[in-house]
Amino acid sequence: MLAAQLTRLRDGEPAGVEEALELVTGFDEALVHGLARLSEQHAAALTALAGAFALTPIGEGAAEAAVKVVSGSIAEEHLTMLAGGRTALLGAVHDALLAELDAALGRERAAWQAAQPEADGAGNLLGAARSWLCELAITGWRGVDHDLVSASDQTVEALLAVPEQRRPAVLLDGLAAELRACCPIGTMERLPVRRWADLWTRALLLARAGGQSGERVAAERLSGRLLILGVDVHEHATAVQLQVHGVLEPAGGGRARLVRTSVAAAKVDTIVGPAVWKLPHRHPRLLSALAGRRSLEITDMPVLASGDLVWDDDRARAGAPVDAFAVARVSLAGALAPAAPPLDRHPVLIAEPVLVADYKVTRDGSFDLGGVVLAVDTDGLPACGPLTPKLVAGSSECIGLMRWDGGGWLLQPLAVRAKVKSETIEAHTGDWAMGPTDPKVVKAEARAGDAVAVLRERAGRLLRR
Amino acid sequence: MIDCLPAGTAVWEQCGRVPVVPPVRPRKLAKVPFVELADGRLQGVVSSGSDISRVYVSSVTAATHTYSCSTNNNRPCGGLSGSSPCKHLRALTVEAVLQYGLDRVARYLRAEVSEGADLIDCLRGGLGPAPAAMVFSRFLRHLAYLELPDTTMPIPELHWFPATRMVR
Repeated sequence: MLAAQLTRLRDGEPAGVEEALELVTGFDEALVHGLARLSEQHAAALTALAGAFALTPIGEGAAEAAVKVVSGSIAEEHLTMLAGGRTALLGAVHDALLAELDAALGRERAAWQAAQPEADGAGNLLGAARSWLCELAITGWRGVDHDLVSASDQTVEALLAVPEQRRPAVLLDGLAAELRACCPIGTMERLPVRRWADLWTRALLLARAGGQSGERVAAERLSGRLLILGVDVHEHATAVQLQVHGVLEPAGGGRARLVRTSVAAAKVDTIVGPAVWKLPHRHPRLLSALAGRRSLEITDMPVLASGDLVWDDDRARAGAPVDAFAVARVSLAGALAPAAPPLDRHPVLIAEPVLVADYKVTRDGSFDLGGVVLAVDTDGLPACGPLTPKLVAGSSECIGLMRWDGGGWLLQPLAVRAKVKSETIEAHTGDWAMGPTDPKVVKAEARAGDAVAVLRERAGRLLRR
Repeated sequence: MIDCLPAGTAVWEQCGRVPVVPPVRPRKLAKVPFVELADGRLQGVVSSGSDISRVYVSSVTAATHTYSCSTNNNRPCGGLSGSSPCKHLRALTVEAVLQYGLDRVARYLRAEVSEGADLIDCLRGGLGPAPAAMVFSRFLRHLAYLELPDTTMPIPELHWFPATRMVR
């Protein structure tokens, strides 16, 4: 990314973003105290949220939902309607921001093509999830206690057992664990108000019948050369997701495409750091391509309309070593970016790969591109890889994801080139995919023992009796 | 809680991707495979030193600091007397401090730990009841996560849970 591009992004704060976020914040603050005890101010916030849709097809429904909730007769359908309104507002914010980013980067994006929805067949379970979410909203974050958190345990456990319900299961599990760790929430000084409202809203919409269908159907199959840009790591106590960003050069020519591919595994809280790479062991070709910084040749790999390759290790074979920085420099500009599925239109889901060079690192760790400054999210460097704040601070080139959170753009590094003792070194988040390569880390891992193996042994002995 | 701001952003309350619960610290799991702060207790499972298929379920209740220890078959731990905790409880608290840090454990238990003292020596609640069967079933549920197959369908929701190297 160039200084001129960043300047353009800075200058063009899209119109209406601030107003839309104000409506969202009003709703989020009502959730803090609970819908059962709405103050006048919070009641007005719900009415205002609904009012934003007055001229749209859902205007009447939204207005009715707000009236009902404000008058104290709170039903699931009303909450779903308001959650839908909040989602639509953030969807509009997402669209405006992504359009700005695309314009600044000169990135072209495919149009969304809806696929045929499929039935998801977990009606009762999802009903239980929705009831729990409604109970949370009525109670408010401040009133959540151990009993209310634990009430979700059985539902989460049952959802986890159904592979098609992994999305709501992982989301509810993460939210419940966070609430559990924060109990008693009534005495907390500050609450992550936007965050919990985001998670709540998303969970409620995902738990609708058909809430996640249509986006999960393979749109086509792709063959070609996958050039890896980097891997983004997501993690909570009981889940880890490795999301690879790359450029796909289709076999037989044609326009290169920006794609992602992910592996998500269940885990427990005590599996942390480089040990998480042991979990996706069913995908050795992907892992060794990450560790060896190689490309992958893929054949007939299913791809979703969202631009996500549904990884299948049997459809991939190792290719030649690739310089990710060269790929970013040469191929990023012309590659076609995927469309965002309707429910994934949310500012938090903006994660656009970029290459940043020609910067000086400021004292607070931001990148100064000659007068215009890009914030860098060094808190978001995963413990499973070699990237550290120090390496980022000493870097001269960086592949990262452009993110938008808390009202501004920031860069999440995935790989850096840095000078260490007059030698140029490279570090990528995926370097340790086949095990750590830093002798110090190898030693520490050996000292701590193999957490995955210990727990598997315990599971083998105790679980099937 | 982590109350720091990502650089360049305005208000923590209005951030979506802020870590709320710090990741736990790595520790050896062989002796004490399971530790958690949940349901108002520090509770966990300690492997028996003599019998590979036996485990002890140990717990300390917050605020009252009463403690209990029994086998997974609900036999009371032989090392436990009314006046002092057993070695399993001692191991549980030591590992809990490694996993969560002393501050977080002490805050959860509402315990005052004087400088340089061990947590276990500051808990003087005596023997108390505890739902050992429930703790053991939570441990089995914990282990069951490792039996779930991975998925290659993307989980966009996990973008709200960025991995972090911050341990507090």
